[in-house]
Amino acid sequence: MSEALLSVRDVSVEFTNYGIAAPVLRGVSLDVPAHTQVALVGESGSGKTVTMKAIMGLLRDPPARITAGQILYDGRDLLTMPPAERLKLRGTSMSMVFQDPMSSLNPVFTIADQLGTILKYADRRLGRGRSRRERMERVHEVLAQVRMRDPERVAASYPIMLSGGMRQRVLIAMALLSEPKLLIADEPGTALDVTTQAQILKLLKDLVTERGLALLMITHNLGVVRETSSYVYVMSRGQVVEHRPTADLFAAPREEYTRALIAAVPRLTGGMRLGTAEARP
Amino acid sequence: MSRPMLEVVDLSKTFPIRNAFGRRSGDVKAVDRVSFRVERGQVYGLAGESGSGKSTIARMIMGLTEPTGGNILLDGHNIAGSSRSREHRGKVQMVFQNPGSSLNPRRTAGQSIAVPLVAHGHSRADRARRIAELLEMVQLPADFAQRFPHELSGGQKQRVAIARALAMSPQLVVLDEPTSALDVSVQARIIDLLVDLGRELGLTFLFISHDLSLMRNFAQVVGVLYLGRIVESGPTASVFGNPQHDYTRLLLASVPVISAEEEAMRPVVPLINGEIPTAEQLIGLGRTRDAADTSIKGA
Amino acid sequence: MADVAANPPPPRRLSNAYQNWYRFSRNPTAVIGAAIVVLCVLAAIFAPLVTPYPEHVGAVVNFRARHLPPSTEYWFGTDNVGRDIFTRMVFGVRVSLQLAFVVLAIAVPVGTALGLAAGYFGGWVEIIIMRLTDIALAIPGLVLVLAVATVLKPDLVTSMAALACLWWTWHARLVYAITCQIRTQEYVEAAETLGAGTFHILFREILPNCVSALAIKTSLDCGFVILVGASLSFLGLGVQPPTPDLGTMVAAGAAYLPDYWWESILPGLGVLFVALGFNLLGDGLRDLFDVQEVR
Repeated sequence: MSEALLSVRDVSVEFTNYGIAAPVLRGVSLDVPAHTQVALVGESGSGKTVTMKAIMGLLRDPPARITAGQILYDGRDLLTMPPAERLKLRGTSMSMVFQDPMSSLNPVFTIADQLGTILKYADRRLGRGRSRRERMERVHEVLAQVRMRDPERVAASYPIMLSGGMRQRVLIAMALLSEPKLLIADEPGTALDVTTQAQILKLLKDLVTERGLALLMITHNLGVVRETSSYVYVMSRGQVVEHRPTADLFAAPREEYTRALIAAVPRLTGGMRLGTAEARP
Repeated sequence: MSRPMLEVVDLSKTFPIRNAFGRRSGDVKAVDRVSFRVERGQVYGLAGESGSGKSTIARMIMGLTEPTGGNILLDGHNIAGSSRSREHRGKVQMVFQNPGSSLNPRRTAGQSIAVPLVAHGHSRADRARRIAELLEMVQLPADFAQRFPHELSGGQKQRVAIARALAMSPQLVVLDEPTSALDVSVQARIIDLLVDLGRELGLTFLFISHDLSLMRNFAQVVGVLYLGRIVESGPTASVFGNPQHDYTRLLLASVPVISAEEEAMRPVVPLINGEIPTAEQLIGLGRTRDAADTSIKGA
Repeated sequence: MADVAANPPPPRRLSNAYQNWYRFSRNPTAVIGAAIVVLCVLAAIFAPLVTPYPEHVGAVVNFRARHLPPSTEYWFGTDNVGRDIFTRMVFGVRVSLQLAFVVLAIAVPVGTALGLAAGYFGGWVEIIIMRLTDIALAIPGLVLVLAVATVLKPDLVTSMAALACLWWTWHARLVYAITCQIRTQEYVEAAETLGAGTFHILFREILPNCVSALAIKTSLDCGFVILVGASLSFLGLGVQPPTPDLGTMVAAGAAYLPDYWWESILPGLGVLFVALGFNLLGDGLRDLFDVQEVR
C-alpha cells in the first residue's frame, strides 16, 4: 500500500479546552489508493471529521494541535511541506465536496461568479494563465459534467434560485473544477431528502468511476458506505477500530463495535428486535 | 375494535401566498384532505420528505397550527380549532425532532420536565417525586434533573424530552422524527425505550419520519405522504413489500441499505438519462404510461 | 454496546461555574473592566472612609489652600475654594453611580416587560408598543432631558426621571428582537403544547434567554448614563452645587484652564475611567456569552 495516493500515518490530534488538553485522534492511519473509493465511517464524536480536517489542513490551532504522525499525499508529507506548497495542492489536486449545500455557497454571487473565482485562484496558484472566457467555458463544462441540463442558465443563477439537490451538484462541480485526483466528500446529501440524496450519491459514484478519481467518503451512514465504497475504515473514539473491504465488513464484521453498529441499523426488510431497552447494553 | 384513538378526517391546511402589498394572490395546499385513523395501542407511521406536510399535520394535531378544514377526533372528541379543551390537550403530547432545540438551553432538565406539572398546579413535593419517577422511566439517573441541556448528549436530551411528554400521562404521543438528529446506535436505544414505554403505559404513537427503514421496524401501519396527500397506506409490511404508488416505489428505491436481502426488496425505478428520476419526473412518466395503457385498452 | 452509545461522557465534567470563571479570567477586557467597576463601587460605598477630607464634600471654604497643584497632601490638587479634588471626585462617582443605578433600575424592567409583550403577543400589542418605542427613539435624548430639566427644577431627581423616560426604549427593542426569534423555537412550542401559561412562557422560557444580552446592554448603558449625567451637570442642569459631581467639577474647573488644569482635567478623566470600566465589562461579557452561545 506504499503507493497510496493519500496515506495518513499514525496521526494524533489533541484539543485544548479550558486549559486541559484532550486527545481527539489517537494514532489514526488510513490509505486511499489512486482510483479507489474509500469510506471513513463513524458516529458523532468518533473523530472522522477531525481526520478530514487534518487532511485538508482545516484544523484551527488553537484549540487543535497535530501532535504526531504524517499525512502523505503522493509520497510527500503535507504536515512538513511549506504552506505555499500545500496551498497549491488544496483545491486543485485534492479537493473537497462540502456537506451543507445551503451555507457553502455565497448567496450574493451567481454560480458562475463563485466557480469562476475559485478557478481563477486555482490557476494563479498553479501559475496557469486562462482568460475569463476560457474560465467560463470550463465552468459550463463542469456543470454539464454534474448532469445539469442547462449549464448556462445554472451558471447565471444565484444559489437561492436552485433547489437543494441542484446546489449540492454545484458543490460537486466546484470540487471538479481543477480536475483533482482525490475527492474528499463530507457527508454529501445528508442535508437533503432521501430521493435527492440517492441521486447525488449515484452521480458522485458515476463521476468517480468515469474519471478514475480516488474518493474518501466521510459519513455516519452505513448504507452510504455500502453503496459508494470498496474499502472502509470504521472509527470510534479517535481510533480506527476496523478496516476491510466493504463487502467483507458487512458480511462478517470482526470487531465487537462494528458488529453492534451494524446491528443497530434498521433494515428495510424489518425484523429488528425492538423493546426491552435494558437488554441492549 | 372500539373507537380509534385518533381519527383524522379530510384534514386540510392551506397557506395564503401574499404579494408585496399583502393581498392574497394564491394558496399553497400544505395538507390536502388527509384522512387516516390510528387504533389504540398502535404505532402509525406517516412517511414523507420535506414539503410533504407531515410536520404540518403534527402541528395541527398538537393545536400549534389551525386547520383550514376537516376534523381531528381524539378518542371520539373533535379537537380541531376552538373545540380543544384542556382535558384533551393533556391526552396528546409530542416529542420534537431536535432535542437540541426542544429543550430550553437556560433551564435544567428537571425544570423542563416540570413545565406541564407546574401548569397543572402540582405541589413542589409532588413535582419532585414525579420528575424522579419520569427520569427513571426513561432510564436516566435522578441527578440528571439538575443538568442543563448542554451537559447532556443528544440521546439523553431526547430522553428528557420523552419524559416531559409523558409527564401528564398522555394516551397519544406524536413523535416528529424523534431520532433523526441522533446516531444510529442511540436511535436504536431510543426506539427500544419508546416500544417499552408504549407497552407498559398503553400508549398510542403517531410516528412521523422520512426514514423508511426505521418505519418498517417501528410502525405497524404506514401512510405515505406526497405533496400534502396520502398516496398510499396500509400495514407496513405489505406497503413496503408491494408498493403500488410510484412515489412509494421511488422512496424505497432511494434508501441506502446494508444487505443484499434489502437490496432485492427495493423496487427498480427506471432511470432517466442515466439518472435516478425526481418524484415529479417519475410520476409524470407514470401518467404517460397510464395514458398509453388506457389508449391501448380503448383501441 | 455501551461504547457505541453516543453518550461518550465528556472526559472530565467541569462545573459551569468553573468554565465561566476560566473564560472570564482569560479575558483581559472583562477582568480589567470588572476591576474598575468593583473599585468604583467600593469607593462610592465607602467614600467617607477612603477619602482624606470627607468634610470637603459640603460648602467648605479654605482660601489659604485654593488652586494648589497635586501633591502628597492633596493627591489631585484643590479647587478654587481650597477643597480636595480627590475627595470630591470619589463622592462624585458616588452620585454618578446612583444616577446610573436608579435610571437603569427603572428602564430595564420596564423595557424588558414591554419588549417581551410586544414580541410574544404580536398584533396590536406589538404595533402600539413598538411604534411608541420608535417615537421615543426619534427624540434626541439630550434635548429632551434638557427640556425637562429646564421646565422643572434642575436637579438629580429630574435628570433621573428624564433619562429613565427615554432609556427603556433601547431595552424594549433588544428584548423584542430576541423574543421574536425565540417565540418560534421548539422549546417554546413544546411548553405551549404542555399547557404552560403565558406568564410561564414569558418569564420562565423566554426571559432567561434574554439575560445575557440584557447584562451586556445594561453594563454598557451604565457607562452611557454616567456620561449623559455628567454632560447634564456640566451644562448646569444636573446635580446642583455644592453636591460634588464629576460633570459640575469639570465645568467649574474649566474657568481656570489652562493654569489650574487639574481642576477640570482630572474630574474629566474620572468620568472617562468610570465609563470605560463599564464599557470594558460590557464588551468582556459579550465575548464571554458569545462563546457560550456558539458552544
